[in-house]
Amino acid sequence: MPRDAEPSISEAEFVLKALQSGVRLDGRQPLDFRTPKLRFGDQLGWVECELGQTRVVAQVSSEIVRPQPERPYEGFLVISTEISPMAASNYEAGRASDEEILLARLLEKSLRRSEAVDRESLCIVAGQKVWSIRLDIHFLSDEGNMLDCASIAAITALRHFRKPDVTVVGEEVTVHSVASHVPVPLAIHHSPFCQTFAFFSTSDTSLTVLDPTHLESMLSNGTLTVTLNAQSEICVLSKVGGAPLSVEEVMRVVNVGAERVKALDGLVKEALEKEGRRNVIEVL
Amino acid sequence: MAKVLLPGDPLPSTSAAASTSAVLHLGPGLHAAPTAVTALNGKGKSKEDVTAVKAGLLGFHDDGKAEKWWIESLARRYVPHPPEPVIGIIIARHAEGYRVDIGSSQAASLDALSFEASSFLRFEKYERPHPYPGFARRKTDDPFTTLIQVGTLVYAHLLSTPPFSEPEISCVDAATQKSAGFGELVGGFPIRGVELNRCRALLSPKNPILAKLGAQFPFEVAVGMNGRIWVKAADGEEENLVKLIQELRGRP
Repeated sequence: MPRDAEPSISEAEFVLKALQSGVRLDGRQPLDFRTPKLRFGDQLGWVECELGQTRVVAQVSSEIVRPQPERPYEGFLVISTEISPMAASNYEAGRASDEEILLARLLEKSLRRSEAVDRESLCIVAGQKVWSIRLDIHFLSDEGNMLDCASIAAITALRHFRKPDVTVVGEEVTVHSVASHVPVPLAIHHSPFCQTFAFFSTSDTSLTVLDPTHLESMLSNGTLTVTLNAQSEICVLSKVGGAPLSVEEVMRVVNVGAERVKALDGLVKEALEKEGRRNVIEVL
Repeated sequence: MAKVLLPGDPLPSTSAAASTSAVLHLGPGLHAAPTAVTALNGKGKSKEDVTAVKAGLLGFHDDGKAEKWWIESLARRYVPHPPEPVIGIIIARHAEGYRVDIGSSQAASLDALSFEASSFLRFEKYERPHPYPGFARRKTDDPFTTLIQVGTLVYAHLLSTPPFSEPEISCVDAATQKSAGFGELVGGFPIRGVELNRCRALLSPKNPILAKLGAQFPFEVAVGMNGRIWVKAADGEEENLVKLIQELRGRP
C-alpha cells in the first residue's frame, strides 16, 4: 500500500496561508525545532532519537582491520544509511531513492569529512592494525527531517560508544574484554549537527521553516541544510536545487542554525551525563 | 473484566447453558469459519467456529434477542465498507471518471456523472443534458462534463466494493440524485491518519465534541470513515484552525 500520495490542493493552500500568518500545523513557530528525545540502549553506542514522530536509531560498532597502505596511521569510519520501508511505505528496500542518496551524502560530509572522529587515534599498530568504526543508521519512522534526527542520533551514539581497551607490546596486540578493562571512548574533536530549513516562495515573500515535517517538505520550494557545531563553525552548507535565496536569507538561516545547535549540544551533553550516571561503566 | 483476544483466538467458552438467545451476531474483528451444520441447536454456526481476526478487547452484549460479539481495537488502516462516507483525493482523471485515493489498499473509482449538477458553480449557467442510454460521451469536446482537477478533495460515500476490483464511490445520494452534502470540498484542510474509532465517534449524533468546539469559533467539518476529517474556517482564523486540527487528530 503506497503511502498517502501527493498532498491535495487544500493542504497546499492551507499550509501556505497558515505560514503567512506565522502558524505551523503542529503549533510550532516557524523557526522552532522539535525537541529531540534521546534514548540509550543497553549496548554502548546504541541511541534512538525521536523528533516528534520521526525516529532514527544509530548504532556504533568496532572491529580491527588492516589500514590502507597509503594511510597507515588512520582508522576508518564507515557510515551505513539504508532507508527500509519501515520508515514509510514509499521507500524500497535495496534501491536507494534520491532522498536516501542525498541524506547519505550529507551525513557522510557532516561526520566523516568534517573530521568529527579523530581517525589517527584509531591506530593500533601502524600499517597493520587499526580500528574500523562502523555507524549503522536505521530509520524507523519518517515524519519529516530524517537527516537532522539522524545526525543527532549519530553524534550521540559516537559519543556514547566505548571501544575495547588495547595493549600493544612491540607488535603484539592484546584486545582486552570489557569485563577486564574499562572500554575507551572515541576521540571526538567536535559534534556537528545538521539543521534543515525548508523554503516556501510566494510571489512576494519567502517563508522559512526549521525542521520541516513531511508535509511541509513536500510542499516546499526547496531545502537548505547547514551543519554546524557548538563552536559555530560551518561544516557543511548544502542547497540542492530549489528556489533561489538571497544572501540575507542565507545568513539569517545560518545564524538561527548556530543558535539552535548550541542548545542541541547542551541537550546531548546532558543526556549523555544522565546516562553515564545511570549506567556506570567500571570494572569491579 | 475485558478480555484481550489476539488473531486466531476463539471466543471464550462460557457455559453452553448460560446463553439466553440462540442467535449470534458477529461484529467487526470476528470471523465465523464456514463449517458444516453442527449439532448445537441445529442452527448452523456455533461459538466454536468463531475466531478473532483482529487484536483487541472483546465486546459482548446480550439484549435477549441476540448475542452480539465484537472486537474493539485501535486502527488507522481503512477497509472500505459501503455505505460509509469517505473523504477522497482525486489522483487521476480518465475517460469515464476519476480515480480517488480513499486510503484503502486500492484507489476507488468515481464516475464522472455521479455529481449533482449544481454542486459545481462554474457550470451553473448550463443545464446538464440528460444523456439517453447509449449516448457516447466524448470527453474532449463535451462542455457539460464536470471537470475536477487532480488534487481536489471530495466527500463521497461508498457504493460497492466488488471482489478483485476497485471500490466505487459516488458524490450523490443514489435515491434522490441530489448531493445530500456530498461533493467537492473547497479550501479548508484535510486531517489524515485519524484513528478510525475516533471518526466513527465523531459521526455519532450524540457526540458532544464538535458542538463544544463549535462554540469556541465557527467552522465547517466533514468526517470521513476512512480516518480523514476535513475542517474549514474563515480567513484569518488559521491559528484557531490549527488548534482544532490538533484537537481532532488526537494522537500524542
